[in-house]
Amino acid sequence: MKICVVGCGAVGSLFAANLATLDDVEVWAYDLAQEHVDAINRDGLRLTGAGEVIGRPRATTDAAELPPCDFGIVATKAMHSEAAIGATAHAFADGCVATVQNGIGNEEVLARHVERVIRGTTFPAGKITAPGVVQWDVKGDTTFGPFEDKPAPFEEVQRLADACTRGGMPTAAVADARGPQWRKVIFNAATNPLGALTGLTHGRVCERPDLRRLASQLVTEGKAVASAQGIVLDSDPEELIDYAARPEVAYGHKASMLQDVEARRQTEVDYLNGGIAEFGRKLGIATPTHESIWALVKGVEASWNQ
Amino acid sequence: LRSEPKRVCVAGAGVIGSLFAGYLARVVDVTVLTRREEHANALNEGGLRVSGRGDFTSRVAAATSPEALPEPDLVIVASKGGDVESLAARLAGHWPGATLMTVQNGIGADEIVARQGAWPLLTAVTFMSGTRHADTHVEYVLDTATWIGPSRGTTVEDARAVAALIDSSGLKAEAFDDLRPAQWSKLIFNATVNTVAAVTGLRHDPHFAALDEPSDLGFLVRNLMDEGKAVAAAAGVTLDEDPWEMNVLATQRGHRHAPSMLEDVQAGRPTEVDMITGSLVREAHRLGIPVPLHEAMYSLIKGREASWE
Repeated sequence: MKICVVGCGAVGSLFAANLATLDDVEVWAYDLAQEHVDAINRDGLRLTGAGEVIGRPRATTDAAELPPCDFGIVATKAMHSEAAIGATAHAFADGCVATVQNGIGNEEVLARHVERVIRGTTFPAGKITAPGVVQWDVKGDTTFGPFEDKPAPFEEVQRLADACTRGGMPTAAVADARGPQWRKVIFNAATNPLGALTGLTHGRVCERPDLRRLASQLVTEGKAVASAQGIVLDSDPEELIDYAARPEVAYGHKASMLQDVEARRQTEVDYLNGGIAEFGRKLGIATPTHESIWALVKGVEASWNQ
Repeated sequence: LRSEPKRVCVAGAGVIGSLFAGYLARVVDVTVLTRREEHANALNEGGLRVSGRGDFTSRVAAATSPEALPEPDLVIVASKGGDVESLAARLAGHWPGATLMTVQNGIGADEIVARQGAWPLLTAVTFMSGTRHADTHVEYVLDTATWIGPSRGTTVEDARAVAALIDSSGLKAEAFDDLRPAQWSKLIFNATVNTVAAVTGLRHDPHFAALDEPSDLGFLVRNLMDEGKAVAAAAGVTLDEDPWEMNVLATQRGHRHAPSMLEDVQAGRPTEVDMITGSLVREAHRLGIPVPLHEAMYSLIKGREASWE
């Protein structure tokens, strides 16, 4: 089986390194960072922290080198999906492509370029600490399911989930993967921007009653948009918010969007609050809080060019 | 006020208070009530220098307690919004013959003062600006007017008398029969533009009026102003200017103004959000008008302030 990880940042590296430990899987890693790619080809891809792994995927910055693959796993930042799948689609002419990206709307982008798409949500997290080296911060589950508009056959979804699980990334194949995805999107959209706009860690956002209420308003609007599509959340995002606020979980964690804002990098707000607001608009569900937060984060991004 | 005030006390000598004290001392006796002893000493020793649009030094008598100062006809309460309550408490029981005038951003400063004594009250909103270079040196930058209206126990005649005095000193002032339409227009404008600028880091520029893409800030700005207008309507106030039109005009002028709350946030200083957005939200709650977006902006600013701790 050949699997290509498209976008070998922190999350992509977790999949690539773990899958590369399997004898029956040939793993390719496509990424634009030449130093990272060179280090992987020279020394292997090393994970530290929550798991110690050295995998040896074949890495390249040149999409033309990719062989025909059974599976793609797209792990770029959401705003880079279009360019990444546009460059690599030829490798998946007979294969299936999964997304493990943040936010909503990624499957739709993939479906414009490939025929068989897998909806995915993943919770593991980490960060690149040096070329070829990724610190694995948080272990967690992944869920895959066929994307409704251009579905991958369910046996193929199961085959990919099985490979990930055997490789050390526990993954479930389900018929409807929208529930876990919307739970994560709602969680991220309710908490990430509040950290980004205030500078507070997740735990400090949650211990301020008015900000915690604001997060709940965002959750409530998000649930209404999910429920209007017939999506049943696999659990309540509110529980996840309170769980993550515990000192031993993620009290001191700076949301990725806060890290982006501090580094003046474009955020994923278009695919989080923006995604919920756009779905809400199509479905006739009002999302005034998501729209406001979306505009504020876009305003922060605009202020860097002022 | 029985007649034109002859003796004025400026309570709180930040930028605005220093400008009033420096200019008014050219035409009447001015005393200054300060919080810090060294501030009062410096003023007593060296006077108060005004630069910028003016260039002179005024003699003022300063002290940290009202007992040490003669009773004035007019007290200009010029502290930061958050300090009005403690300042008024220091004045409680003193100067029963004086009229007190508040000049803070937002609304409700006169009501806070009213709870501390039976003085006649004027309410004012000032658009002038300056820079404080030292305890004894203030630079006069923007020579826009101070608007004055009656509050408790005063009439427009009192407002006119104070406006005439301020005018004669070299500053600009205007009296209104009812200040609330102007005050509310400014409050709604400020509660929106200041908080959006402070949260995003954007100076007041065309982003604030953009309505092209769904994520454009203009929609949020307009929604915040609509919430504010609903509160004003419920309070029985007819606005003198439409805040949205004020916003569009200001962004078209090409001058990218940095609202004071943005400057406060960039400097890591506490903001005036309690007086500005806070007063709008308190009024909304009193009147039963929902203002979820202003509450959200308030929470975000308070969260930002907490992030510096």
